[in-house]
Amino acid sequence: MEYFILFLPLIAAIISGFFGNLIGARNSEIITSLFTSIAAILSILIFYKVISQNYENDLIIATWINSGLLNVNWAIKIDTLSSVMLVVVTLISSLVHIYSIGYMSSDPHKSRFMAYLSLFTFAMLTLVTADNFLQLFFGWEGVGLCSYFLIGFWYKKNSANAAAIKAFLVNRVGDFGLALGIFLVFYIFGSVNFDEVFQQIPEISDKKINFVGLNLYFVDIICVLLFVGAMGKSAQIILHTWLPDAMEGPTPVSALIHAATMVTAGVFLVVRCSPIYEFSDLALNLITTIGMVTALFAATVALVQSDIKKIIAYSTCSQLGYMFFAVGVGAYNVAMFHLFTHAFFKALLFLGSGSVIHSFKNEQDINHMGGIYKCLPYTYILMLIGTLALTGFPFFSGFYSKDAIIEFAYLKGSPIGYYAAIVGVFTALLTSIYSWRLIFKTFHGNYNNKKIKFENMHESPLVMILPLIILAIGAIGSGYLFKDLFIGSETSYSFWGNSIKFLEPLSTSHPPTWFIYLTPSIVIFSIPLSYYLFVKNKNFTEKIVEGNKPLYDFFINKWYFDELYNFIFVQLFKKIGYFFWKKIDEGIIDKFGPDGISNLIKNLSLKAVKFQSGYIYQYAFVMLIGFSILLTFLIIN
Amino acid sequence: MEIPILSSLILLPIIGAIFIFFISSTSQKYQSTKYVALFVTIANFLLSVYLWYIFDNTSAEFQFVEERIWIPNFVNYKVGVDGISILFIILTTFITPLCVISINNTIKYKLKDFLVAILIMQSLMIGVFCSLDLIIFYLFFEGGLIPMFIIIGIWGGDRRVYSAFKFFLFTLLGSVLMLIAIITIYWLSGTTDVEKLYQIGIDIKYQNLLWLAFFSSFAVKTPMWPFHTWLPDAHVEAPTAGSVLLAAILLKMAGYGFIRFSLGLFPIASDYFVPLIYSLSLIAIIYTSLIALMQEDMKKLIAYSSVAHMGFVTLGIFTVNQQAIEGSIFQMISHGLVAAALFFSIGVVYERMHTRLINNYGGVVSVMPKYALLFMIFTLGSIGLPGTSGFIGEFLILIGAFKENFLVAVIASIGVILGAAYMLWLYKRFIFGKLENDQVKNMTDLKKHEILILCLIAIPIIFFGFYPEPLINTTENSITNLIDLYNSNLEYYSKNNL
Repeated sequence: MEYFILFLPLIAAIISGFFGNLIGARNSEIITSLFTSIAAILSILIFYKVISQNYENDLIIATWINSGLLNVNWAIKIDTLSSVMLVVVTLISSLVHIYSIGYMSSDPHKSRFMAYLSLFTFAMLTLVTADNFLQLFFGWEGVGLCSYFLIGFWYKKNSANAAAIKAFLVNRVGDFGLALGIFLVFYIFGSVNFDEVFQQIPEISDKKINFVGLNLYFVDIICVLLFVGAMGKSAQIILHTWLPDAMEGPTPVSALIHAATMVTAGVFLVVRCSPIYEFSDLALNLITTIGMVTALFAATVALVQSDIKKIIAYSTCSQLGYMFFAVGVGAYNVAMFHLFTHAFFKALLFLGSGSVIHSFKNEQDINHMGGIYKCLPYTYILMLIGTLALTGFPFFSGFYSKDAIIEFAYLKGSPIGYYAAIVGVFTALLTSIYSWRLIFKTFHGNYNNKKIKFENMHESPLVMILPLIILAIGAIGSGYLFKDLFIGSETSYSFWGNSIKFLEPLSTSHPPTWFIYLTPSIVIFSIPLSYYLFVKNKNFTEKIVEGNKPLYDFFINKWYFDELYNFIFVQLFKKIGYFFWKKIDEGIIDKFGPDGISNLIKNLSLKAVKFQSGYIYQYAFVMLIGFSILLTFLIIN
Repeated sequence: MEIPILSSLILLPIIGAIFIFFISSTSQKYQSTKYVALFVTIANFLLSVYLWYIFDNTSAEFQFVEERIWIPNFVNYKVGVDGISILFIILTTFITPLCVISINNTIKYKLKDFLVAILIMQSLMIGVFCSLDLIIFYLFFEGGLIPMFIIIGIWGGDRRVYSAFKFFLFTLLGSVLMLIAIITIYWLSGTTDVEKLYQIGIDIKYQNLLWLAFFSSFAVKTPMWPFHTWLPDAHVEAPTAGSVLLAAILLKMAGYGFIRFSLGLFPIASDYFVPLIYSLSLIAIIYTSLIALMQEDMKKLIAYSSVAHMGFVTLGIFTVNQQAIEGSIFQMISHGLVAAALFFSIGVVYERMHTRLINNYGGVVSVMPKYALLFMIFTLGSIGLPGTSGFIGEFLILIGAFKENFLVAVIASIGVILGAAYMLWLYKRFIFGKLENDQVKNMTDLKKHEILILCLIAIPIIFFGFYPEPLINTTENSITNLIDLYNSNLEYYSKNNL
C-alpha cells in the first residue's frame, strides 16, 4: 500500500510527461488526477490504521549510497507524523489536480502541467516518508525543483522566470544550511539515519566544540543549521523573499506548493527532528523569535498589498511563522495541528482566489474588483468559509489551532513565550483585518473593473467548485474533529507515539479566562471594523494612510528586503564576477602568464634579429671586439 | 596465455587510425571512414565494459598487469588497472564513439585526419589511465597534448592558433618539470615502476620538490586556479568533439594523476601541501563561479564551470578520506558525462545558428522542446541536484571535507549555491523567454543522431544519481588501500622524525 502511495504519482508524472502528446491532454488529466486520488484514499486508510492500531513501519526499498561509514537507503517510513503529512499532501494534491482541469482548460501545455504537479507530489512524499536525512534532502531539493518548474511554467513571461530562479536560489541558501547540518550530523553520529541519530542524542547533548573561538554545543549548531534550511523552504523572514514572487506561477500551484505542502516542509523538518531540538534551548528560542517576527512582518505587509495572491502569500508566510513559534515553545503537536488545518483553509483561499482570477480573466489587483458576490455566489461563500477559518473565527478550524498556539506560548512561562503570545494576539488582529479587507474589496463595494463588463462575470465550472467544497468541509470541520487527537492533553501523547519527542510533557493548565476569550473577541470585533474601513468609510482609511506615509511605504515595499538583497548580492556579485574576469583573469594572469611569456620571447628574438644586419663592417667590428676581449682575458691570466 | 586486454584497448584505436589513414579520401569513401571509426570505438567500448565485468572489485591489487621489456634495465612497458583507473577507461571509451557520431556535418574538411586524431587521442588517453610505469605514463600523458593541439589548431574557430598555442604553452611548461622529476625519481630509486615505488617509497628530503614538479603539470591540466586561463580559450575555439574530449577526459587525467602519483608516491609532501591545495581549490570554486555568472559565451560559461567543478575534485582528493576520494572520482566521472553533454548540446545549437552568444538565443523551448528537456537534465546534473550523478560526487566530497576542516566545507558549499545561479540563469536566457530572434524561430528540433547522443549521456547521469553503487563498489577497495598506504607513511615518518 505504501508503495502505491509513493509511486502512483511518479508513474502518473512519467505517463503524462513523456507520453502526454501521445495520449492527449484529457487522458493525462484523468490519469494524473485518478492516480493521486487513489494515493489520497490509500493515505487516509493508512492514517486510519495509525490512529486505530498505532501502525508503524519502515520499508527499505533499496540501497542508495554506501561509502565507508555512510549508508543510506531509499525507504518509506510510516509513523504518525508522516501519516499526517501523507494525508495532507495527497489529499490537497488530488484536489488541486482536479481543480486544475478546469483552471488550466485554455492552456496549451496541460499534460506538462499535470506531470509537474504529480512529480511534485512524488517528491513531497519522498520527503515526508524519509527515514534518513539524505532522502529527506532528496525530496527537499525535488520539491524545490518542481516548484521552480511550476513558478516558471509560463516561460514566456520574464517575471515568471525571474521568480522561478529567485525561488530556487533563495532556497539553495537554505539548503546550504541544511546540507551543513547533515554533514555535521554525519560527522558526529557517523550516520544519517533518523533512528540511529536520535538514539545517540542524549549522550552528546552536553558535548561542545570550539568553533572560531566560540565554545558551542554540538546540538545547538546542528539545530540552528537545520533550521536555516527550514527557514528557506518555509519562507521565514530573511529567506522569505521568494514566496511572494512565487505567485507568478499558476494559482493551483500556489495552493498546492506555496500554501499547503512544500512550504510546510520546514515545519515538518523541525518536528521530525524534535528529539534533537528538545536538547537545544538556544535553537528553540531562535525559532520562536524568527517565527514571531515573521508572523508579524508578513501580516503588516499583507495589510497593504493589492495583489490578491500576494496578500494570501504573505498570509501564508505569517501563518508559517505561527507554526514556528509553536515549535519554538515546544508545542510540536500544536504546530502540526495548525499545519493540518492551515492546509485546508489556505488551499481553499488560494483556489477560491483562483476562481476569482479565472472569472476576471487573469486580473489579480483587488482594486480592480469589487461587488461581485452575487455573480460568484459559490466562490464567495467558500472564500468566506476560508477567511473565517483563517482568522480563527470561533468553531472554525483555525480557531482551534491558532488559539492553541497562542495559549501554549503563554503557558511556556518564559519571557520569550509571553512575548510570542502578545505578538500572536496582535498578529491575529492584523490577520483578520487583511483577510476581511480582501473579502470586502473583492466581493463588496463598487464594481471597479473597466476591461470586463459586469454582466459577463460568471461562476467557475463545477470541476473547480467541487474541490473547493471538499476543502471547505475540511476548513470547517478539521479543527473540531481532530483537536483531541492532535493536541488533547491526554490523547495526543498516545497518538503521536514515538514520532515526536517531548522532554517534558506540555503544560496542562489553562491560561486565565480573559486570555482565552481575548483572541476570539478581537477576531469577531475586527469584522465590523474592516467593513467600516474598507467599505463604509474609505476616506477614513485613506486619511490613516496619508498620515502615516513613511510607515505605509515601509510596508508596501515589503520592508525593503528585495532592494537590500538586490544591492548586496545580485549587483555586488555581478560586479565581482566581472572584475575577476576582466581584471584578474585577462588583466593579470594572461598578461603576465602566457601572453607575457610569448611577448617576452618575441621581443628578445626581435632584438636578436638586429644582430644579423648583413653589413660586413658590423660583423668585423664585433669580431674585433670579441677578439680583443679574449686577448685581454688571456693576458691577465 | 591470456589475452592482453589492456594492450588491446590501447592498440585497437591506433590500428583503426592506420586503417583510416590508408583509405583514399575520394568522396565516395569519405563517409565510410566515419563508420570505420565508429566501429572501432564501439568495439573498444564493448571491450572495456567486458573488462569492467571481469574486473574483481574485491581486490585492491592491480589487475590484468602486463609487463614487457622496452629499454633493458631502464623502462618496462607495464600496464594494469585497479578500481581507481578502470572507471576512467570506461569513460574514455564511452565518450569517444559519441564524439564520432556527433561529427555528422560539423567537420567540413579533412574528416579523415580528424578521425585519425580522435582515435590516436583515445588510445593515448587509455594509456594514461593504465600505465604503471612513470616514463610510459609521461609519454601517454604528453602525447595526448599533440592530437588536441592539432584538433584545436586545424578545425578550431577564428582565434584557433592563439588558443592552440596558449594551450600548448601552458601544458608544456608544467610537463617539463614533471619529466625532470621522473628522471630524478629514477636516479633516486633505480626504478620507474609505480608498484615498486609504492613499496619502497621516496626519500622525504626530496618529496616536496618532486611533489611540486608533478603538481605543476597536473595543476595546469586540471586546471587549478591560477593556471586555468587556457581552458576557456581552448574550449571556445575547439570544435564540438574536441571540446567534449577536452572536458570529459583530458581534464580527468590530471585528477587521476593527483590520486595515483601525488598521493601514492609523495604522501608526506601531499600532507604538507594540503593548505595550498585547499586554498587554490576554494578560490577556483568561488572565483570561477562568479566569472561564469558573467559570461556571454555559452562555451566559456561551461568552461569556467568546469574549473569550479574540478576545484571540488582537487579539494576531495587531498582531503584523503574514504568519502572524499570516492566523491572525487565520482565527481570526475559525473563531470565527464555532464560537461560532455553540455558541450554536445551547445554544438547542436551552434550548428544551427553559428553563434554561441547567449543573447542571440531565447525562447528556444518553443521550437526545440526535446532539446529543452535534455538540456534541463544536464543543467540539473551540473547544479548537482539529488537524483543526478552530480549530487553524489559533490555530496561525498563535502561530507568528507567537513570531517577534516569545517570552514573549507562551508566555503565550498557556497560554490554549490553559485553553481545553481549561473546555470539557471543561463537556462533562463537561453531556453526560456520570448522568441524574439527570427533565426531562432527557424531552428529545428533534435535530429535522430543528436537525440541518440544526448539520451545516451542523460541515462547514466540519472541512473548513477539514483544508484551509484556500481561505481562506488568498483573504487572502494582500491581507495581504502591507497588511504592505508598514505596513513601508514604519515605515521611512520611522524614516529621517526618527531
